[in-house]
Amino acid sequence: MAEVLVLVEHADGEPKKVTAELLTLARTLGEPSAVFLGAPGTYAKAKEYLAQYGAAKVYVAESDDIASYVGGPAAEVLANLVGEASPAAVLVAATADSREVAARVAAKTESGLIWDATALSTDLVATQGIFGGSTIVTSKVTKGVAVVVVRPNSTAPEAAPSTPAEQTVNVAISDAGKGAKIVDRVVEAKSGRPDLTEAQVVVSGGRGLGAAEHFALVEKLADTLGAAVGASRAATDAGWYPHQNQVGQTGKTVSPQLYIAVGISGAIQHRAGMQTSKTIVAVNKDPEAPIFEFADYGLVGDLFNVVPQLTEAIEKRKAG
Amino acid sequence: MNIVVTVKQVPDTWAEKKLDAADKTVDRKSVDNVMNEMDEYGVEEALKIKEAHGGEVTVVTMGPAKAVETIRKALSMGADKAVHLTDDSLHGSDALATSAALAKVISTLSPDIVITSSEASDARGGVIGALLAERLGLPQLTQARKVTVDPGASKVTIERLADNGYALVEASLPVVVGVVEKINQPRYPSFKGIMAAKKKPLTTLSAADAGLDGAAVGLAGAASAVVTSEAAPPRSSGTIVKDEGDGGTKVAEFLAAQKLI
Repeated sequence: MAEVLVLVEHADGEPKKVTAELLTLARTLGEPSAVFLGAPGTYAKAKEYLAQYGAAKVYVAESDDIASYVGGPAAEVLANLVGEASPAAVLVAATADSREVAARVAAKTESGLIWDATALSTDLVATQGIFGGSTIVTSKVTKGVAVVVVRPNSTAPEAAPSTPAEQTVNVAISDAGKGAKIVDRVVEAKSGRPDLTEAQVVVSGGRGLGAAEHFALVEKLADTLGAAVGASRAATDAGWYPHQNQVGQTGKTVSPQLYIAVGISGAIQHRAGMQTSKTIVAVNKDPEAPIFEFADYGLVGDLFNVVPQLTEAIEKRKAG
Repeated sequence: MNIVVTVKQVPDTWAEKKLDAADKTVDRKSVDNVMNEMDEYGVEEALKIKEAHGGEVTVVTMGPAKAVETIRKALSMGADKAVHLTDDSLHGSDALATSAALAKVISTLSPDIVITSSEASDARGGVIGALLAERLGLPQLTQARKVTVDPGASKVTIERLADNGYALVEASLPVVVGVVEKINQPRYPSFKGIMAAKKKPLTTLSAADAGLDGAAVGLAGAASAVVTSEAAPPRSSGTIVKDEGDGGTKVAEFLAAQKLI
């Protein structure tokens, strides 16, 4: 059975949930090989997790170069492994960093690239929602190895404990790959909330909040639900909430079990980033807001009354 | 500073986009087409760098004949000249082929800085900056929300957007920069700018002029293919309730009934 390479998505070695999803998906396609790229000493934190989700093999590439430069080193190492292992496919998570790496790998290996797949069949036909999810296409790579960028929350992760063979990868990066040097990493907002794209529940705020400080209402509701916080472009453009939390076109695409839109009209730009959510709840005072055309439950009312009452009702149910 | 900025003409965000029934490429004929909104930020950043450090801004696009409208817009914003790569054989090129074709054109311009935007609203791949860096063998300064150019040190520093903040990334010229939309506020073309744009140099290149291999571009050269395409099942609206003072409680009841809390 051919190998399927899975690029491990992690933060300083701590694997992200999407890694388990990709390994679960890879098991349906061939023999899953995890590719761990990180700074020296970080793999130890991922080792057990990769075994738990059924990696048959782990390629371990630990190097300061990988952690210190944008794009180039990761793409070189992964492309070399593609050359050596001739895998059936390469799966990476649809994150800003990894999709760029995937693109460079496809270019280096003269392979086809498919992004934002939500499913991948055993014959490597990918399903994608395009044009903001209004059209569903299936597509196939026709040259080289299938390099597929997969959306988080597309596959339910299933454990399948294994004892992976570990292979240490020698990392020798070309000068061209070491052009963009990361000289500092600055943490601006450490929320303790789940990652937006991985969260099972997302609560987002928009123009209706009226001011940055009113996002506290959204955050409080999110915290009672263990949810991530999102924002519409109107809210991030106004500077009320960080750009990193923007949902929609030019922001992140989310697909949680539950999406609660607070004071968001639901224009096409926003809809493009959240309409594949399983259940959508909207609170908006404008009965004509487009979001009510596709929400599963819509409440026409003043969010400043509704949201605190909802937060309290959830807290009561949790306590009772 | 010799600055190249890439732009793309795309179907209007508000238009109902679809694929052409015959060849499953983006239908650009039945809709209004505009400059990809994100590219306005790229053009603005190019102009700001020129204004701060001097130099010239060249707009590069690949697209059908009418993409010249998007070139005109960039020129009327203040870019100096433009190159339009257009050829029927390029129709249907995927991101990989497009990046190879653009890189070929851009390399003849010997830029110090190549600027592109984070994504186009039609395909939403978000990969063109990384691909241009790869093709041109230049540093990848993508996801930039702030760009600082130091011509004396021949260096560019960016703030690269990260999930919980940013990474400070630096590279020596020449570089590829990819900008996100919060980086600036794109200017509107002035009347004077619109008039001046009509007289600015525009070079039109065919695939052969650009030295492109016909087998490597267009639908024939694409490394992936759409197999099937269909409209997504419409998402219908569910229960809509007017708040009578107990709205929050009602939402909680709905969530409980759906076993979501």
